[in-house]
Amino acid sequence: MDFNAPAGDNLFDRATVVGKSTPRIDGPLKTTGTAPYAYERHEVASNAAYGWIVGSAIAKGRISAMNVEDARRAPGVIAVLAAPEMEPIGSSNWNYAPLFGGREVAHYHQAVACVVAETFEQARAAAALIRTDYERTSGEFDLAAVAPDAPLAGSQGGAEGGAGDPRTRRGDFESAFASAPVTVDQTYHTPDESHAMMEPHATIAAWEGDQLTLWTSNQMIQWAKTGMGQILGISPENIRVDSPYIGGGFGGKLFIRADAVVAALASRAAKRPVKIALQRPLMFNNTTHRHATIQRIRLGAERDGRITAIAHENWSGNITGTGGEDGTLQTPKLYTAPNRMTANYVAQLDLPEGNAMRAPGEAPGHMALEVAMDELAEALGMDPVELRLRNEPEGRVPGDPDTLISDRHLARCLREGAERFGWSARSPTPGAVREGRWLIGMGVAGGYRAAPARQSAAFVRLGADGRLVVETDMTDIGTGSYTIIAQTAAETMGVPLDRVTVELGDSRYPVSAGSGGQWGAASSTAGVYAACVNLRRAIGEKLGFDGDAATFADGSIRAGGRSFALTDAGRVSADGEMTYGDFKRDYDVGTYAGHFCEVAVDAYTGETYIRRMLAVCDAGRILNPLSARSQVIGAMVMAAGAALTEELAVDTRFGYFVNHDLAGYEVPVHADIPHQEVVFLDTLDPIISPMKAKGVGELGICGPAAAVANAIYNATGVRIREYPLTLDKYLDRLPTPV
Amino acid sequence: MRSFTYERAVTPAAAAAAVASSEDAKFIAGGTNLLDLMKLEIETPRHLVDVQDLGLDRIEDTPGGGLRIGTLVTNTALSAHPRVRRDYAVLTRAIQAGASGQLRNKATTGGNLLQRTRCAYFYDPNMPCNKRRPGSGCAALGGHSRQLGVIGTSDACIATYPGDMAVAMRVLDATVETITPEGRERSIPIADFHRLWGDTPHIETVLEPGELITAVTLPRPPGGQHFYHKVRDRRSYAFALVSVAAVILPDGTGRVAFGGVAPKPWRSEAADAQIRNGAAAVVRTAFADARPTEDNAFKIPLAERTLAGVLAEARS
Repeated sequence: MDFNAPAGDNLFDRATVVGKSTPRIDGPLKTTGTAPYAYERHEVASNAAYGWIVGSAIAKGRISAMNVEDARRAPGVIAVLAAPEMEPIGSSNWNYAPLFGGREVAHYHQAVACVVAETFEQARAAAALIRTDYERTSGEFDLAAVAPDAPLAGSQGGAEGGAGDPRTRRGDFESAFASAPVTVDQTYHTPDESHAMMEPHATIAAWEGDQLTLWTSNQMIQWAKTGMGQILGISPENIRVDSPYIGGGFGGKLFIRADAVVAALASRAAKRPVKIALQRPLMFNNTTHRHATIQRIRLGAERDGRITAIAHENWSGNITGTGGEDGTLQTPKLYTAPNRMTANYVAQLDLPEGNAMRAPGEAPGHMALEVAMDELAEALGMDPVELRLRNEPEGRVPGDPDTLISDRHLARCLREGAERFGWSARSPTPGAVREGRWLIGMGVAGGYRAAPARQSAAFVRLGADGRLVVETDMTDIGTGSYTIIAQTAAETMGVPLDRVTVELGDSRYPVSAGSGGQWGAASSTAGVYAACVNLRRAIGEKLGFDGDAATFADGSIRAGGRSFALTDAGRVSADGEMTYGDFKRDYDVGTYAGHFCEVAVDAYTGETYIRRMLAVCDAGRILNPLSARSQVIGAMVMAAGAALTEELAVDTRFGYFVNHDLAGYEVPVHADIPHQEVVFLDTLDPIISPMKAKGVGELGICGPAAAVANAIYNATGVRIREYPLTLDKYLDRLPTPV
Repeated sequence: MRSFTYERAVTPAAAAAAVASSEDAKFIAGGTNLLDLMKLEIETPRHLVDVQDLGLDRIEDTPGGGLRIGTLVTNTALSAHPRVRRDYAVLTRAIQAGASGQLRNKATTGGNLLQRTRCAYFYDPNMPCNKRRPGSGCAALGGHSRQLGVIGTSDACIATYPGDMAVAMRVLDATVETITPEGRERSIPIADFHRLWGDTPHIETVLEPGELITAVTLPRPPGGQHFYHKVRDRRSYAFALVSVAAVILPDGTGRVAFGGVAPKPWRSEAADAQIRNGAAAVVRTAFADARPTEDNAFKIPLAERTLAGVLAEARS
């Protein structure tokens, strides 16, 4: 099915299952511990041996010698893989630094050896017997030091304004900024961050002849299959990837990583299935992370609050010298200004490879832009909600007036949020509200996150018993995919939810959009809808009616005055895929939010406690308000961590992230998370897909961290521009306790 | 984790003798810290002597009006004990500020005193660390040291004693009771129990090889108001940046010990004498010899501000 024109009135506008709060159908498996995660799939390979990966002890250099003899002789050891004994392996479209092999070391904790043994304990103990000598070479580990010389991202030497220049410009920013009566010119720092999901990367690999099966934890099954083929130099056709349950991904499992590659190599060497989970201390340097950024923002405005000039420049670094974290992404989308520019620079660093983490670019981008907006409001003496409302665009993307906005209600998000949050009680004067030793403040931020929809396919099978089975390689990374897919099939085929079985995450199923970039919900349900439409047609052909004109409801079919039971069709099945037409190129499809936060800061110690958080979201039809809310509050938690505690601390001498465990890398705990409220506006976006539904999982992390920062400013009068906002950064500037 | 042998001791003296008589032996009780360190091969005992059957899990009144806490009393049981809550509230508050409910259920009184530092360089076997591998150097000096010590440290090591319970015990003038492998009983004032690092940061307490903690005794209740304010980056399940344990008497005098700043709970009688002069005077005295790094210099003003908050609450 090709979605080649805006959606008109359709069955989802009269939905009885889609759009209703529905508990996750996989919930009982999760809460009883019976959902099989990759490492626990004992039934698929009962004779699996255990692998243990050894990470490099240096960040950059060469392995001069590796002695694995003691390990090979250790009790229970079946095989030892030593990187120096192999050619480098493991580059694909989705990763750069070799995931295994060779003498060169590209980053700290890069896999350099693997021991396979009969038991986990034997593998771990033997791995400790490996002795490795390194020749350390110097590297670049300090973003601030290399940023000034960093080239424009993807510029490849392109001249300014010419082809390949990634800078965006409109009007004359420099003149407009110079003549603006009110200006802000500030630089913000966001740190490297880790996905820190609960389930570590884990894989069981098994070979049968030249056929490889990976039971793994991966967000993008098709990328995994293709990537693994590139890495091992084998045909993807010979690879099966199966990942039905995933204990969190956040972008860290978008790509094949060392667990899967080394498990495959180890299984080949051991001649039996091998299971590997990355040990927690390896997770932070061996896998990917969100890149640190330095962002300079200049805003110029008239005294009435109309912004006349916006510039947003961003610096980050990566091992490739490409990619990086583009904090400018949301800036052309959010606020009007006739004169504007963005520029994104990427330096080469020898830290571990950075890559996508929940709302890549936009999450840290908002942490800068939305604080700069607060600073502008302060400079104007204007309420920060009002400032944003005054710069709301009409119909076209502010930074790209050739592009239409599909559907946008940011102003409603802000107005309704302010009303619900009691924003009018906020003191415009910072440091003015006290409750005993506590300084109280409120902050606001706007939020934008793109809402892509990607091609996605599914297979639907109607059984003789009237039950539906949906198969697609879509993944559920804790988001609720199982449930919204079941809702979509139930709605389209007119059966109760409990008559639908959803099978996900297996590369033998049709290729879906996968889980990433906030596209999963919208895309995968549209694909399932396409398959169900084909199934309706197939049923119609079998029973002699026009499937497109029939009504499927309550387990029966009404077609042209005739009536059938769904079971009259017997066994019928259909494939289907949703593809997208060119008309979408005229539009920017985005999601929007107003984020509000109240904090209390201890005037003595500087400890910051978040008291309340509110997100008002505009994301089209909400397929399942219950799981969508969970997505947004989870993202708000992650944003609270980004605001207050989370930072991969770089040791610029040794070139690695020092705090590489969950004691040192502090994600929020329950006690940090107060009352959270999420409101979804009742909106529909006809441009995204027939579902008119957009993703929310990344919208929820675009803005709340800035709202926290702005609330701390409102509470204390101290502006911190370096995240996380730990107390050591402002203790000496706090107002005197009373 | 290296292979090890294991036995369960039946008497304290036998446990001490068992550890003393075998090479690289260690006691194990709750194991909440030791097992983690063994998995990373930071600790590599060849023999473990399990002390859980020794019956040292009782809390008893002492003839002098104090309390004797068996070494195997769990953190949970100790913090919930009615007399501790009533008479030694600073101890309850300190314990409950530490770790998590699950860990406190398992962690014991003696084991908690022996908790090792949480310096990230100590925990990474690839990094130089004089505490983990004597003579290899200290990666924390010049490295990421925000969490580390500001006083009582040395050029060999800037780690901290990370716990909370001992900070309260220091302010309560607790005594650590032990038995040596020879069967001799010893009483060690908690002030003398942890050593400063000096040139030997791998030696953390005054315990001799095989010497077993059997109990901690508290003297008569000190009265007054009890405070434990632990400042950290998140609200639970994090080690202190700075903690303040304080007992403030109605006349405004009192005692104060600081956690998260030194190789041991940090207290000086000279600083206690300044309490009536305010937090700045106390901290100026207590931290007169501080040698903070650029990363952790904030701990000294933070200690002052935290104590100021405590003293203000005591007055209110």
